[in-house]
Amino acid sequence: MKNIEVPALARVEGEGGLYIGLENGKAVEIRLDIYEPPRFFEGFLKDRFLQEVPDITARICGICPVAYQMSAAYALENALGVKISPQARALRRLMYCGEYIESHALHIYMLQAPDLLGKESALELAAEAPEVVKTALRLKKIGNELLKAIGGRSVHPVNVCVGGFYSWPEAKALKALLPDLEWGLNAALDTVKLALTLPYPDLEIDYEFVALHHPDEYGVIEGEIWSSNGRKLSIAEYENGYIEEHVKHSNALHSHTVDGSTYLVGPLARLNLNHEQLMPNAKKALADSGIQLPLKNPYKSLIARGIELVHFYEEAIKLINEYKPTGPAHVELKLKAGEGSGATEAPRGLLYHRYKIDGNGMVQFAKITPPTAQNLPRIEADLFALTPKLISMSEAEATLTAEHLVRSYDPCISCATHFLKLKVEEK
Amino acid sequence: MTTKKPTVAVYKFSSCDGCQLSILNMEDELLNLADAIDIAYFLEATRAQKPGPYDIAIVEGSITTAHEIERIKEVRANARTVIALGTCATAGGIQALRNFADADEYAKVVYGHPEYLNYLKSATPIAEHILVDLELWGCPVNKTQVIEVIVALLNNRRPNLPAHSVCLECKRRGNTCVIVDKGIPCIGPATQAGCGAICPSMARGCYGCFGPARDVNTDSMANMLQKMERYPGETARLFRGISGYAPTFRTIVDDVLSANEEA
Repeated sequence: MKNIEVPALARVEGEGGLYIGLENGKAVEIRLDIYEPPRFFEGFLKDRFLQEVPDITARICGICPVAYQMSAAYALENALGVKISPQARALRRLMYCGEYIESHALHIYMLQAPDLLGKESALELAAEAPEVVKTALRLKKIGNELLKAIGGRSVHPVNVCVGGFYSWPEAKALKALLPDLEWGLNAALDTVKLALTLPYPDLEIDYEFVALHHPDEYGVIEGEIWSSNGRKLSIAEYENGYIEEHVKHSNALHSHTVDGSTYLVGPLARLNLNHEQLMPNAKKALADSGIQLPLKNPYKSLIARGIELVHFYEEAIKLINEYKPTGPAHVELKLKAGEGSGATEAPRGLLYHRYKIDGNGMVQFAKITPPTAQNLPRIEADLFALTPKLISMSEAEATLTAEHLVRSYDPCISCATHFLKLKVEEK
Repeated sequence: MTTKKPTVAVYKFSSCDGCQLSILNMEDELLNLADAIDIAYFLEATRAQKPGPYDIAIVEGSITTAHEIERIKEVRANARTVIALGTCATAGGIQALRNFADADEYAKVVYGHPEYLNYLKSATPIAEHILVDLELWGCPVNKTQVIEVIVALLNNRRPNLPAHSVCLECKRRGNTCVIVDKGIPCIGPATQAGCGAICPSMARGCYGCFGPARDVNTDSMANMLQKMERYPGETARLFRGISGYAPTFRTIVDDVLSANEEA
């Protein structure tokens, strides 16, 4: 097979390269090279006041800033032994609904679907099927509007603080979104139907799925860290099960389990471990789809995102209907030295933070494990599994199939890529 | 139509992707925009790439590696107009906090093998490396301002961007001043308008995402805020944040606050 070289992988967040070394038609070396420059967040968080942390960590990722704010806030609240009010907790879930809606609508329609429809971009798709793209944009916009109503703006919103929120959003502003959210719920159900008709490449992988699990709700902000192999850890015990290390070809750290194996975080892991906690319409959409769980095809993460899109539209409607803010929006903090960890489910998967603070509330140590760092070794392993299928394809098709695999993970390589190079080389 | 549509390329350097996302977040305008311009290079949105030179290059992110210095020069050579988009591109962004510290120490904190990394000791704005035709601040940028800049360029006129501080936006929204009314430190008086005064509207102080306003009274600003600090060093941290490497904010911390400390 001739060498394949793609100068840049598009429709992902970040910069990296892909290398596939072949010997007698078999992959002997695969590397996902991350060129995205390091930005040293854990370095400059040191000696910042704890209340600045959610605003700083948001800047790790413009696509999922809420996830970074939430994991940071929970970790610091745990360090202080603070529990937020039930109303603030409900508002955090509502805000997370907004982030899931905008991020999933973006990924389903604008980042991954073009691969399944033979297009270079959603803009190209718009020429042929303008209604589909208009629906996609509206689905996405409603998530952004929800974020704006709660946080002032959709990218790097400003309302989350350690202890809750700076202020309650007006009920009127949230209720005004209900008609759009009702429309969105139906459009999300249609999205699942559309997703089921798309031609996914064949690839089944026996993953170890890892996600936050909560008995009473779809796991997003609190609960235990469950693995499909039976490992159940509290959030504070996360580092006893999962280890991050620095590998040479990457500016992103790579994670593995204590047993040395790779694992998968993100929509497939959540759906497989938490489907019983889905909202009724999402549960029905899953049942009607005829999908047998566990879903093990990485390309079909798109379907899992579709079902989650239904869930988060539905949950947003429920939470807005129940929204009745009372009392202060945040608890007053009593500063003391301590250490705490926090984990929430970013749209791309589990996001873990741990901080040590001194008695003045200044950060002494910070550790952040983004979902993409946990998935990178898994993406490389998937590419190994995919290579035998690539060999029989044309160069263009093989390249696209490998790129598509990486994209289906929705890698957030700003937490590490924006220049992914695919190079298949016969040794 | 006989006139050729202007070609636009969108690039990312060291950043979070949020400003590029602000372009994709123009849900109501994106399809019209795609009709008015030719999106020739925009990796986050499309696999399709057309060769340059381009009429307009939009650049997100700051310069943090030797490779990025080479790349930004190519961007300049390949574009008629270069727009620096967002506070990373105009002031270095949050990662420019390394400029006040030892980046090697940071690398040791974060990575097991710092020797695997390539990075510069400082994170710098685009204009420190090439001629920039227009700077648009914000972390993230305000998408209405992005549209204004593109429309102005298409019509060969100057973009209409606010020259005042966040204070005026508070007045327009009818906010009571968080400094006066609640005693909350706020650097809105020293910060360019553009966000819509979202922080004071939520009962918190502005932390300077849109960079320094014009003609800031640095001494008076710093001295006033120092008197109302809720924890030691709050004023310095407010200015040494998202836009901390912008010259005015550097002056406040390095000159005014350090002089106060010595006094």
